[in-house]
Amino acid sequence: MDTSPLVRRFGDLRLTDRPTVGGKGASLGELTFAGAPVPPGYVVTTTAFEAFLDALDPDGEIRAGVEALDAENTEAIARATAPIKERIEAAELPEEVTAAIRGHYRDLDSESDTPGEPAPVAVRSSATSEDAEDASFAGLQDTYLWVRGEDSLVEHVRRCWASLYSVESVSYRRRLGLPEQDLAMAVVVQRMIDPRCAGVMFTRSPLTGDRSVVALEGTWGLGSALVGGDVTPDKYVVGKVTGDICSRTVSTKLRQHRMDPSGCGVLEEDVPEYLRDEPCLSDAEIQELVRIGRQVESHYGTPQDIEWAISRNLVPGQNIFLLQSRPETVWANRAKTPTAAPKARAFDHVLSLLGGTGGGTP
Amino acid sequence: MNDARPASRFPLPSELTDVAGAEEWASMYPYYTRFQPEDDQRFWFYNAMHFPEPMPAFDAVTAEAPYTALGANTARMFVFPTTLGIEHRIVNGRVYITANPVTDPAEIQRRLAQFSERAGHYYENWDELYQGWVTRITGLIDEVQRIEVPQLSEFEDPDVVFQAKGVAQNHYVRENYHRLMDLYSKMWHHHSEFLMLGYGAYVVFFEFCKKSFPEIPDQDVARMVAGIDVILYRPDDELKKLAKLAVEYGVDDLFVEGCEPDKVLAALAARGDGGQRWLKAMDDAREPWFNMSTGAGFYHHHRSWNDDLTVPFAALPGYVDQARRGELLDRPTEQLTAERERIAREYRSLLAGEEEQAAFDQMLELARVVFPFVEDHNFYCEHYFTTKFFAKVREFGELLCAQGVLADAEDVFQLNHTEVGQALTDVMLAWAAGSKPVGSAHVRETVAERRRMLESLAGWSPPPALGPVPEALNDPAVRMLWGITAETIQAWSTPAEAGDDEVRGFAASPGVVEGTARVLMSANDIGQVREGEVLVCPVTAPSWGPVFGKIAAAVSDIGGTMSHAAIVAREYGLPAVVGTGHATKRITTGQRLRVDGDRGIVTLLD
Repeated sequence: MDTSPLVRRFGDLRLTDRPTVGGKGASLGELTFAGAPVPPGYVVTTTAFEAFLDALDPDGEIRAGVEALDAENTEAIARATAPIKERIEAAELPEEVTAAIRGHYRDLDSESDTPGEPAPVAVRSSATSEDAEDASFAGLQDTYLWVRGEDSLVEHVRRCWASLYSVESVSYRRRLGLPEQDLAMAVVVQRMIDPRCAGVMFTRSPLTGDRSVVALEGTWGLGSALVGGDVTPDKYVVGKVTGDICSRTVSTKLRQHRMDPSGCGVLEEDVPEYLRDEPCLSDAEIQELVRIGRQVESHYGTPQDIEWAISRNLVPGQNIFLLQSRPETVWANRAKTPTAAPKARAFDHVLSLLGGTGGGTP
Repeated sequence: MNDARPASRFPLPSELTDVAGAEEWASMYPYYTRFQPEDDQRFWFYNAMHFPEPMPAFDAVTAEAPYTALGANTARMFVFPTTLGIEHRIVNGRVYITANPVTDPAEIQRRLAQFSERAGHYYENWDELYQGWVTRITGLIDEVQRIEVPQLSEFEDPDVVFQAKGVAQNHYVRENYHRLMDLYSKMWHHHSEFLMLGYGAYVVFFEFCKKSFPEIPDQDVARMVAGIDVILYRPDDELKKLAKLAVEYGVDDLFVEGCEPDKVLAALAARGDGGQRWLKAMDDAREPWFNMSTGAGFYHHHRSWNDDLTVPFAALPGYVDQARRGELLDRPTEQLTAERERIAREYRSLLAGEEEQAAFDQMLELARVVFPFVEDHNFYCEHYFTTKFFAKVREFGELLCAQGVLADAEDVFQLNHTEVGQALTDVMLAWAAGSKPVGSAHVRETVAERRRMLESLAGWSPPPALGPVPEALNDPAVRMLWGITAETIQAWSTPAEAGDDEVRGFAASPGVVEGTARVLMSANDIGQVREGEVLVCPVTAPSWGPVFGKIAAAVSDIGGTMSHAAIVAREYGLPAVVGTGHATKRITTGQRLRVDGDRGIVTLLD
């Protein structure tokens, strides 16, 4: 099943699989390969989408029709795409596609940290087109959180596919003149993490660019409270070489974002008083995050900017997850003058210092 | 009376008031240690690192001798381009110092030419010269031990007559006293011989690391350089060896918490063969390894382990206990060496390119070449020599006591070194004339008054600095030896914002621990420390080594992250907060503390 081209697990994917699993799926796969604890999941590949579309529209009328649309004529696009979306959302998936999605979901479900109810998953579209980075497609295709149960999952995969034919999405493609023939969408299905705390980790100092430290910021609940600036996070600086925690700032954390268990998005609320001044990470968690961060950094060969979360429900040792990792760009793009160059004799360095000439002696 | 209030500017020397009950403090010290009116124009700082207590009159020589040597070394011998010497002044019993920088660029260039050649010679031949130094310094130690204090017997030895020596023993009272003082001065010259150059090589590497890795902890830099087989660890290693022998010889039951050295020694002597063998082993270890001062070597009352076995005997029960359980291991030197190499290798690999790595290699290697001196001179000079020196001064004290000038030999330290010379002359005259020294009443009164004054002065809180803040503080001596920079001065002059229940200092050794405070103002009380307590003291000296095996954390008023105490705390894996300024004043014995060695914060829990 794992090798099925219709569905592929993160663990089997690399960045090079992007054409069939999309950018998000490929990067989660690479991160998993790097040994990072990524919440488990799989990708419904473009092959599944192709199989679905072939069954739905064997003559390729949909693609031909969309490609004929004028990017400027929004009304015409709306008229043409509404029935397509309806058709996709109503269509049965090919049996083998449904079986693959359901089978993999059952695997995820069996590892659920909330036994008794179906495992909640996130269903996200994962764009494949070379010149359509996730960023430019962001918002054009849908993400569904807290999807539970096989039927609902299949339904949401279909919705993701259908979102390819939203007015915005089609307009965007027509403006860029992208060929419809190559168009396909992969869908990422990933177990939801309900974080006790979450944050970011830089494998170099964001303040000084120092590559010998890892800087961590974290807060209660979802990382969005931190990224959105709703809260002053706890801050830790850890030496890479020795693992010593060089600085530790526990902030008063007043607000938190939490997953709404009803599936209706995110709750913003006050942090309970007894937790406000408590550190959100234990020393063991800090050390483990740093270990993972360094592993990912060495996998990519360059300092990383990482999003992490710690599950509310899982036990220590299995509760730390990385949600994303990308190369750090701020300091990477800054030219650095070398600290010092070798001198004729080692003690010439000292003569410069004690001679009051700074770095003067040749 | 308390001048330690945070101030937006520092008081001028002339603004300081005398301490009640010690108005005559200045009479204790030579005239050249007094603040002059024009000193108000200069910036001075309190050398709390070396002189954390009021100076007994004699002990002022422990400032005088080092500064005559240090300045001669930097200003005249090696001709350091940007610095001359250090001047010191005493006020209310405390030592303030200022560095004399060279600022004229032409003069700096002129000095640089001399300096490059002279310093270069030492760096190029460091190992060989250092071996010679060890020979010279141990020679001095030998000499100081061989000084004889004449006993002034009633009649001269017949040899003086029959061998026509022609010089009576009272002459040697002064000659040998002067010889003792001269050797002390020489020792300080040798102390300075390599020190500034050694620190220079270390600071270059340190600053390179700080520039390449702006957030690197100081201690990581030290870990890349520090020696593994450092002589300063030897005394503690010897104690561990003795603890193992106690178990092996079956006398381990005598070493219990709070045991008194005299009683244990008596019990050992009565223990037959096992006891005898252990005593023999201890005697073998005592020379030279028990010549460890319980302080930093600047006060006569910081006795050595050899003078007072309390310190080693306070550490032995814990070690014996570990030895019994088979846990007392030798320092894992191979492991420490491997770790030192790993840390250096990993930092090196994080550098930007080959150029930087090559410079790193040069600086690290040089820092490692100089470091044995930087670490070990302390044992030879501050501990070994100084212990012998004070012991010999005590012998002169005994002579003065025997001749009726002093009531107690220990009182000799209440006279300054020129006054001791005068008292000895008094004795020489009286012995020759067959009369009594005339000074007895006068000297005894002086001693009593000075003891009272020192007590009053101990309650005075000296301001960290005096005089106008300098625009630039670039003297390498001040930066290297005291870690004083423009930022430090800024911090001193700004009131601390920490809450009432917090004392802040430098994070010197990581970890967080809670425990009961044991405040020790003097190293002589080290025997009071109990297992698991938090040591709070004015200055943590390396000689306190053994106590680190018992305590849960260390807090000091004085010291930086490179102080030996910080290094020892890291060695033992204990949290340490150093340089708090006033922990011993804020904290009392028995108080519950949380010591956060990661952040440099001590929290008073009750």
